[in-house]
This record gives sequence, C-alpha cells and structure tokens, in this order.
Amino acid sequence: MAEPQQPTAVRGSGEGGGGQFRNAVGGVLCAFALLLIGVLAFSIRLFSVIKYESVIHEFDPYFNYRVTQVSLISAERSSAASIFCQRMESFSQKKRKKNGVYEFWNWFDDRTWYPLGRAIGGTVYPGLTLTAGTLWWLLNSLNIPLSVETVCVFTAPIFSANASWATYLLTKEAKGPGAGLMAATILAMVPSYISRSVAGSYDNEAVAIFALIFTFYLYVKTLNTGSLFYATLNALSYFYMVCSWGGYTFIINLIPMHVLLCIVTGRYSSRLYIAYAPLVVLGTLLAALVPVVGFNSVLTSEHFASFLVFIILHVVALVYYIKGLLTPRLFKVAMTFVIKVGLAFCYAVAVILVSLVASSPTKGWSGRSLSLLDPTYASKYIPLIASVSEHQPPTWPSYFMGINVLAFLVPSGIIACFFPLSDASSFLVLYLVTSVYFSGVMVRLMLVLAPAACILSGIALSEAFKVLIRSMKFQRPSSDDDSSTEGDEVSSVPANSMKNQSKTSVKSETVTKEKPSKKNRKMDQDPEGSSPVGPTREQKLLVLPCGPSFVGIMSLIVLCGFYVVHCVWAAAEVYSEPQIVHTYRSPYGLHVFDDFREAYAWLRHNTEVDDKVASWWDYGYQTTAMANRTVIVDNNTWNDTHIATVGTAMSSPEKEAWEIYNSLDVKYVLVVFGGLVGHRSDDINKFLSMVRIGGGVFPNIKEEDYLRDGIYRVDAHGTPKMLNCLIFVETDGTGFDRARGYEIGKKHFKLTHFEEVFTTHNWMVRIYKLKPQKNRVRGKLKLKSRSKTSSTLKSGGKTNPWQ
Amino acid sequence: MATMATPLPPLRCATLLLLAVLVGVLASTARADLVISKAERRVDLTSHIVRVLASLKVENVGPDPVSQVLLAFPNIQAKNLAAIRAFSSEGNAKSQSTVLPIEVVQPSGAPPELTFFSALLPKPLEKGKSLNLDVLTVFTHSLQPFPEEITQADAQLVVYQDSAHYLSPYPVKSQALTIRLPGGRVESYTRQPNAKLVNSELKYGPFTDLPPFSYSPVIVHFENNNPFAVAKELVREIEISHWGNVQITEHYNIVHGGARLKGEFSRIDYQSRPYVRGVSSFRHLIASLPPRAHSIYYRDEIGNISTSHLWGDSKKTQLEIEPRFPLFGGWQTTFTIGYGLPLQDFVFTSDGKRFLNITFGAPMEEILIEKLTVKVVLPEGSKDIEVSVPFPVKQSQEVKYSHLDIAGRPVVVLEKPGVIPEHNLYFQVYYRFNNISLLREPMMLITGFFLLFVACIVYMRTDMSISKNSPSYLAKLQWDEVQATVQKIEGMFEQYLGVHDKLEASLRDLSRTGDIQTCKAARKAADAQFKELSKELKPLLTSLQSSPQSYQIWPKVEDLISKEREMQEKLMTRHSTVVDSFEKKLRGQDVENRIAQQQQKIAALRQEIESLLEYISEI
Repeated sequence: MAEPQQPTAVRGSGEGGGGQFRNAVGGVLCAFALLLIGVLAFSIRLFSVIKYESVIHEFDPYFNYRVTQVSLISAERSSAASIFCQRMESFSQKKRKKNGVYEFWNWFDDRTWYPLGRAIGGTVYPGLTLTAGTLWWLLNSLNIPLSVETVCVFTAPIFSANASWATYLLTKEAKGPGAGLMAATILAMVPSYISRSVAGSYDNEAVAIFALIFTFYLYVKTLNTGSLFYATLNALSYFYMVCSWGGYTFIINLIPMHVLLCIVTGRYSSRLYIAYAPLVVLGTLLAALVPVVGFNSVLTSEHFASFLVFIILHVVALVYYIKGLLTPRLFKVAMTFVIKVGLAFCYAVAVILVSLVASSPTKGWSGRSLSLLDPTYASKYIPLIASVSEHQPPTWPSYFMGINVLAFLVPSGIIACFFPLSDASSFLVLYLVTSVYFSGVMVRLMLVLAPAACILSGIALSEAFKVLIRSMKFQRPSSDDDSSTEGDEVSSVPANSMKNQSKTSVKSETVTKEKPSKKNRKMDQDPEGSSPVGPTREQKLLVLPCGPSFVGIMSLIVLCGFYVVHCVWAAAEVYSEPQIVHTYRSPYGLHVFDDFREAYAWLRHNTEVDDKVASWWDYGYQTTAMANRTVIVDNNTWNDTHIATVGTAMSSPEKEAWEIYNSLDVKYVLVVFGGLVGHRSDDINKFLSMVRIGGGVFPNIKEEDYLRDGIYRVDAHGTPKMLNCLIFVETDGTGFDRARGYEIGKKHFKLTHFEEVFTTHNWMVRIYKLKPQKNRVRGKLKLKSRSKTSSTLKSGGKTNPWQ
Repeated sequence: MATMATPLPPLRCATLLLLAVLVGVLASTARADLVISKAERRVDLTSHIVRVLASLKVENVGPDPVSQVLLAFPNIQAKNLAAIRAFSSEGNAKSQSTVLPIEVVQPSGAPPELTFFSALLPKPLEKGKSLNLDVLTVFTHSLQPFPEEITQADAQLVVYQDSAHYLSPYPVKSQALTIRLPGGRVESYTRQPNAKLVNSELKYGPFTDLPPFSYSPVIVHFENNNPFAVAKELVREIEISHWGNVQITEHYNIVHGGARLKGEFSRIDYQSRPYVRGVSSFRHLIASLPPRAHSIYYRDEIGNISTSHLWGDSKKTQLEIEPRFPLFGGWQTTFTIGYGLPLQDFVFTSDGKRFLNITFGAPMEEILIEKLTVKVVLPEGSKDIEVSVPFPVKQSQEVKYSHLDIAGRPVVVLEKPGVIPEHNLYFQVYYRFNNISLLREPMMLITGFFLLFVACIVYMRTDMSISKNSPSYLAKLQWDEVQATVQKIEGMFEQYLGVHDKLEASLRDLSRTGDIQTCKAARKAADAQFKELSKELKPLLTSLQSSPQSYQIWPKVEDLISKEREMQEKLMTRHSTVVDSFEKKLRGQDVENRIAQQQQKIAALRQEIESLLEYISEI
C-alpha cells in the first residue's frame, strides 16, 4: 500500500514550482494511505468473526469481558436483552449499586478464589476495561445499540488500527513519512501482533501495544521538538500504558536507557531534559494513582533505573550549566573538586541502596521480572510461572511465524538508522535490541518485538526503495542516450557522468566525497545487495545501473508479497480460532466442537447460583464469565497455595480428593478430557503441572509417583498412583485415548464419592458432583477392605480399590 | 389399582369429595329449561397440553327462548384453563359454524367451587329447537408427573384426572368420554363397568340420563415421553423498519416441565441408546417461521449455537433448533432466535393508517409459554397507535432508543400469561407514520459530518492563538515567513537549473549545427538571466539570514548557493571552452577530452544541488 506512495515521496523536487501543490497532494495521498492502512489493520483481524462468530476468545479475555460487563451492567439494565442478565444483575445489584469508577476500585469479587475472593479494583489493570467501557458508553449515548460483548470483541482491531497510525508517527519522527507509511503497513498485518489482537481477543495487550508505540512516539517527538506540551502528553500516554498492561516497566526502563545512551555519547541537550524529567515526575505520580501499581512505582526495583537516570540527568544538566558559566580553566578545577566529593557521596548512597535492596528476598524484583533477567529463574523457583506455555522461550520457527521476512530486513534497518544517527533513530535501535532480548526469554514478549521489527523493516524497505527508485529515475534514459542526442536534457547529464567517472581527478573527488558517500553506503546495506558498479568509492552518485535496480525493486515487491501472503494466512488459519469452539474437517464436512460452552451453559442454568465449581485454573475465568458460578482458582494465579490445593485434589485418590473439595465447599468438579475427539490440551496433559505445583506446596505429592521410567503415561503401564488419582478416574470413560493414541490403562470403575452429572456431546468437558455426606459413612465401612485391596494392587493387581 | 391410591395428592382427594357432595345440593339451582341431549367429549393427552373437545347437542325444553349456554368447570381445572372456544351450528347441518363470544359469569346461587362460562348464542334458541355446540377447551399443567423424579433410564409417567361424566348445569341425556393417550404403557386407569381401553384410546360410557352436576372422577396414569417444553418466559420483540424489514427477536427461557431427573446423567448411556436411556428428554424444538424469513440467527448469552437446521419452501420456513444440551426433567436453558421478514408481507395500509398484522404467539410447536411479552417497536415518529388483539391482554406503552434516535420509538407492550399454540392468532397494531421521517437519521448523519468538516476547515484556516505576542506565536509566524522565503528560493534555483539546461541545449545544438552565433546569443541571454536572478535572490537571502528561525536551513541554503555558483562557473568555462574549440575548429575528440572533467564535475554538482533542494523542501 505504501509502495505507490514511495515514489512521490522521493521524486518531486525536480518538478518545478508546484511545491505547495505537491505537498497538498502528498498530504492527501498520505492521509488516504493511512486510512487504508487503518482499514487493513482492522479488517485483517476479522477472520475470526467471519470464520467463527463474534465471540470473546480464550481465557483472559473472558475475565476482562466480565469485568467490563459488571462495571457497565447498571446502565444496561434498561435494555431488552437484560432478561438474560437477571442473575448477573441480582448479583451485581448487591455488589455495585451504581456505575462509577469508585465502585470499580472497590469491587471485591466473591465469585472467584473461593473462599478468599479477589479485590478486582486493586489487582487488575483497568485501562482495557475503561477503554471499552468508555467506547460502549459513548456509542450508547448516541443511541447506537451495541452490546457490551460486541464492543469488547472489536476493541482489539480498532486499537490495532490506532497502533499502526502511532507507528507511522513514530517512524516519521525518525525517518520521514515514507518510512512511516511502510512501517505502518507492515505493523498493520504483522502476525505476532495479530495473534494478540484478532477480533474477540479482548486482552490487555490489545490496547497496550498502541499505548506503548504512542508513548514512544511522544517521547521521540518531545526529543525532536523540545516542547513541554508533548512532554505532558507523553506523561499522560505513559499513564494510559500503566493503566493497561504490566509491560509498562519496559517503557520506564527503555527510556532511561536511551537517555543514558544520549548522555554517554555526548548528545545531551535541553530537549533531552524536557523529554525525560517531566516524564519521570509526572509519570510516576500518575502511575501511583493506578491501584494495582500504587506505591510499587517508587518501591520496586523495576522503577529504580528511571530514578537513577533522573539524578544523573540533573547532574549532567548542572555540569553543562556550570560549564557555560565558568571559563574552561576554572571549570577544570571545579570538575576535579566536584568529582572527588561527588564520588565519595555516590559511594555512600550506593552502599545504602544496595543494602536496602539486598535486604528483600527477591532483591526488590517481582518474580516475573526476575525470570526475565534470569531466564532460568522461573523453572527453578516458580513452577507456576514455568507451567504457562507462553512464558517459555521461543523457538526459531516461532520467530519466523511471528515476524516472517522482517527478521531479515531488521539488520539493514539498523544500519539505515545509523546514517545519519539521530536521537530518534538511536532510540529505535535501542528499542529493537532490548526487545529482541526479552522476546528471547519469553515467547509472549514477541509482541513487544513486533513493533520494533516493523519500524526497522519499514525504514529498511523505505531506504531501499528510495535508493533504487532514485537510480531508476536518473538512469532510465541512459540506454537511449547515445542514440538520441535530443533526449531529455536533464537526465543526460548524470548519464554522461557515469561513463566518464573513471577519469575523475583527485581534486573533484574531495569535493564530491562529503555527502553522497553516506548514501552510497546506504546502497551497500540495501538487502538485495545490488553492489555499486565499480569497486572504488568514487561512484558517489547514488545511482545504480538500471537493470539491477529494477530487479531489486521487483524482488523487494516479491518479498513484500510473501510477507502479505504469510500474514493473511496466519490471520486466517492460525490465530482466528476462538479456543472455546474447535472445528475439524472430515470427509463429511465441518465438525464443530462447542463442548466448553455446552458445559458452561449447563452450569449456568442448572445449578444453584452460589454453587462452587472446582476445575484446573485454566478454566476459572471462563467458568465465572460464562457459567456465572463461583470458582476456586482462576487464571489470575496470585495464590500458589490455593492452586496447589486444587492440584493436590486432582492428583489424589477419590476419597482424599473428596475431602479436600468438601473442605473448600465445592459442589461440582469440572474436568476436561480430550481423549474422545483428540483435543490435546486437556487435563491429562496438564496433569504433570498439577502434580508439580501441588508438590511444590504439599510434600506428600511426589512427581516420581506418577512417572514410570521417567515417562508420564496413562496406559496399562501407568503407575498405580497415576491410575487412581481423581483426574484420571474422572476424565476416563471411553477406554481409548485418541489425543495420545493408546488404550486407557484402567477401565470400568465406579465412582463412590462423585457422580457424573453432565458430560458434553463430545466428552470434552465432564462435570461431577460431590455426593452428599452419607456416602462417606459407607466409604468408612469399606476402609478396611480397601486397605487390603490396595496392598494387593501394589503387588501388580489391576482391581479398583475404590469399588 | 393398588397404586391408584397413592397418585392422588390428599388435598385433591378432599376437593373431589367435597365436589361430589355439592353435586346434590346444586342440582336444585340448575336451570331446567335447557337439556343436553347428547354430549361427546374427546380428551387429547398426546402432548403436555390437554385439549378437550366437547360436542354438545343442546335442546331448549323450557318455555322461553334461551340466549346463553352455561359451561361449568371445577376450579382446579379452571385455573389451568388456557383457552376456551365455542362454535355453534344450527340443527344437524354441520355446514356453517359460528364462533361464539364467551365470558365468565357467576350465576346466582352457584357454588364457589365451580367456574362458569357462558357462551352467548348468535340468536336465542327457540322453544323445542336444538343446536350443536362444540366447545374446545385447552388446559395446561394438567398432566402431573408421577413419580415426580425419575432416573435417566426411566420413562416419564403422568397422571391425568377428569370426570367421566360431563359436568354441566343441565341434565345430560346421553354422553360418552374418549381419552386419547400417546401410546406406550398405561400404568393404570379408573376401572368402571363401561370403561374400556382399546389401542391407546380409553373410553368411558355411554352414560344416559344423568342429572345436572354429575361428577365421577377418573384417573389415568400413563407414559408420556413427549417434550414437556415450557417457556417460563418469552419476550418477543417485533421491530418495524420502513426501510423494508420487520425484525423479530425472541428471547426464550425454556424448561423441561416433566418429571425431574434424579441421580446422574451418563453420556455414554445416553449416546449408546438414546431412545432408552434418556427417553424422557428432548433435544430439539421445531419452529415454523413465516415464509421468506431471512437472516435467521440462534444464539444465547455466550455466543452462537451451531446446532440448528433450516429448510423452507414458499409456504413456511422451518427451523429446527437444538439447545446446547438435551433437556431432562427440570433442566432449563435460555436462547434467542431472531429473523427478519419482508415488510410488505406484514404491514399494510388502510384509510391512511398503517397496520401490522402478525401472529401473537411463539412459532414453536407444542410449547407452553407461562408468560409472554410481545413488544411491537414502531418506527420513530409513529402516532395514533391502536391495538386490536382477539383475546384479552395486558397493554402498556414504553419508549425504546436505538439507532441514533432522538425522540425514541414508541413500543406497544402486550403481556399475557399461559399462552399456547391456540393463541397463535393474528393481531393488529394500527399507527400513522410519515415517510419523510425515514430520512431523519440519514440527514442527521450528513449534517453531522458536514459540520465536522466545516469545523475542520475553520480550525485550519483561522488563527486560534490567544496571545498575539507570546514567543511561541511569534516564532511560529517567523517560521511561516522562513518557509515562504525558502519556497521562493527554491523557485529561484529551479529557474537557475532551467537556465543551465538551456546552456547545455545550446551546446548540443552547436555540436550538431556548428552555429556559433546562436550559441553565443544563448550564452548572453543566460548571463543576463543569471544576473537578474542573483539580484532577486539577494533580498530573500538577507531576510532569511536575519530570521532567527532559519538556523536549521541557513547552512543548507548557503551550501546550495555556493554549489550553484561553482556549477555556474564550471558551466560557463565549459561553455566558453567548447565555443572556443569550435572557433578554432578543433577535432571533436579533443573537445571531448577537454571538457570531460568539467562535464563530470558539473553532473556531480547538479546532483548535489538537486539533493540539497530536496532536503530543503522536506524541511
């Protein structure tokens, strides 16, 4: 989309006096291109709606949706659809009498983490909820009747369009509008970002990436203009980012790093001061307003770098000021004096700080940040964080999947940033380098890398096109130059010069060397590697022969074509599945497995409002949002012990599990079993995590008990403990496990403490009810005989001791 | 019969006994001038809605003409009565039957345990004349599941109770009762001498010459596995858009009203033998939508439900929907179906008024709706709203705001409890609506966008700064000035380049034609032009230099000027060299050699100037 834009940006100055007209046309064309980019960014994310339906995806988005819905429900009460929300309403009426931000801050959710509950207002990043809520409120006040769900579903695509516009602005600040358009186009469809922002993926990242890029843009803009106005906007944008996502610590560490870089490389200016000092002061104050951050914005080590750089910046500013006041000699004397005193003072402060920080067990870092700095930290100490697949380091294919050809364009973009190196372009390089590191630690942070990769690739492509098309422009008539002497006068000049360049005198070389040499190097880094004609540095005229430059342009276009095809494919095939509905194609047509919603709908309509449902934490958010029932643990994994309790129950034999659940007041147990239809990520698959997390807190759960020869299996060779644990007993039923491809190790057993109350059509979700107390007496009577049978079982028998 | 004692709830037994006692007392109060010569009742128990069709032959034996016929029901039945309709036909000719208006009456001296309805005859029945009267009564909740809780494998057994004798305030000469059962097992029925069960049809009678208010309770206990689909609540929203669509949205809250499921639900049993294990459950419902229904959707509060089938022809559109899970006794679910209908099929005009003509009830087959709310949303700006419904409903009005409404749309709300398929009758909503109002919202949008653009234009063109002498404002003014100057300078340089081109061209002409004079003339003209241009350039440059805002551009411009000078010089020297060599008639090769260096130099300079110009213009 930006390709046609490119020539107009490059060309032009040659055409006579219509500069103003050209600017106007360029402006309109640019605005139109941006509009189209916005449309592209929005519409490429609609595959999920078209292929499936307009529905919230996955796990976390359901929580965000629920929070949004509850905070808006009082306003929606009047609408006709509210008969479905009656239960929700009656519940929300108790909790939230009126709509308002204060109510939101004070919302204590008793539907989750039973019996602990969760203070939503203080533990959730409110940016997304407030954004979608405002959007909904705005639309409804215009009498455009959209449901909260619809607004939530389309929030992410809308903000991707915003993000690509922000990318345009940021890149334009660094490298001009051509590169900006290119980068915006690339970002609009980068798969890594699409994966988190398809329609329905109503998650923090959806708005946070926009906030991230926009904050960076405002920082660079302030840096370029030195305007306090932009500095204030920057702080506000940073505030929005803090509201939206925990990733704001990336900003508050990256910007200080860049400031430090500028100081070290001697690029200190008053603009740098204006760009940074207000951000730290205002930004920290604003960040402290967000309940989930609060005093962390001054207490934790994640923010420490910003304050340190703040101090350094002031010292440097003072030094520059004094330098202006004093004569050079006096300044030298003053410097030596100050450095001596200052160093002593700094040592004292540093010692105090280090001792303070070291006194806290995690050195003031949160677990997640620490696992970023030390990639092995999580697997050593926090199995919970390690158990989440998106916290694993990525593999090479995931880079190729996520950013595709950008991975090859980025290096040339980095080189292009160095010619010339400005504050803005050095910032982009720094952003890329740090995000590459973080994405290497956690696959989830590929998302932060994606904008940086897009911006730098945009710059690379734009520069390459610039060079190639410029040479095409000056070169084109060269072929017919000799034959027609009456050719275009303007273009014949460089043509002639090309022929005669070998005769360049020493004198002329010195003159011409200065400027074009830079451009010449740009040609060198051009990804197509179309090298200059001669080996010497003398071909300064930034023109390449026509043939290679044409081939270069074509191959760049082909490269972009590959990228587009890959992006559309990824958006359509890979990232559009909502995860709650699964489809599979067979010779008989398309099969839809809608089992999760079947189960949640059953729970919603056929159990008591206050019943507690236990499941593995993955399904907690969905259960509260879709079934509207209280859960024990959910995806906000803030309490290890509680999760470990559920993990222990799942990996215990029936009776112990019953006791654990009963102590938690659980009435229903929900398990996920993919054996019948071959759904791989079911509870059996997650079982080892359950054991590990359970064993991390309760030592009686040992991982070795569940492994045979170091392998985890549920067929006939599974360990007896494995074959007796609750999760296994409850998920089984068909005898053959298609997800893993073997026969179940134990069949035909009867549950004594639980009863099956519901199983979905494809067996994916099974709901068990705890039998009432009287069964326990029967269980006790059988206790003696059981101890006998279990001993026989250990000797190799396969009889079920619980029968 | 051994089980018969238990199904009857004790309270109900007592009422029946009381009723039997009352019968004797009441006999005296009955009106003796009408006699029912023949009464045939057919009770249809195949679904969970009980339909009783009583064909009566009424004879006037009294002296006076009679204009109404009384129909009596015990209160326990009357409270479940969903609909009652009476048709009469004269004599024995079945040809034309008229629908009789029916009203609730309370005749003097009537016992409070009975509810009376009176069918008003179209013309009074003369002495000795007779009349055929068909009374259709529909009861809901009359089949009591017994046992009330069953397991998944059990069939659902229900109890129905009625009187073997036709309860009437008039003497009945001969009568019979036929009960049609759905087939399947019959657990028990009240044995009477003339009762017989043939092919799932239970017959009582004939009985002859029974006095008024005869009552003989009978009870049937039988298997009925038909879906007991009960909508606890149904909200039907009918939204009229005069752009050509009638949008219907129906929110269902459905429960299985039969025997409750107890114990566990085993999917493996249900899937392996669905007709044995889970026989009492139902898994789909069928809705008959009007023809040409389009944009049909079926969803609930957590998303689309993919299990539905649709087929249609010119007469109807049939939609088979499966709830997310099979419904066992006591299970419930909610869902929404919505569809659009063409406007011309349902909205008509008469006497300048428009009216909507559409059915009242739900399109579902054999569904009992405990509370039906029909909301007719009329377009914004509708006036003079009148409603005509063929049966009593509770009416109210509200306002709905949607799709950029300002005044809101008037909504007619009709509420009725206990709605059965027999209520699927057409009702009308009359209103006045001006077509101009249709354009209101598009015009509003157009105006809105127009104003937005105007505001943008005004913002771009006006000077909004508050302080006219603040430093930033002055700086901005200066910057604008600088930009204007730079643009002018650019124009100058374009002209310079033009002159250069001309010189080049003259050289080329020279090489071709050898005409030295023209070449010299061109040179002279170029000189003059250069002089003029540099004169023009001077003031611009001084103003640019003096401006504080030009610190960024000034060095570039300086650079540009020096480069241009250099190029000019080179060009001139080359020009003179060429001309000289021509005058001296040197060989072409020598000329080439002499100017080659300069040529290259000039080309390089020109390139630089162009890139400088470009750079400046980008600032």
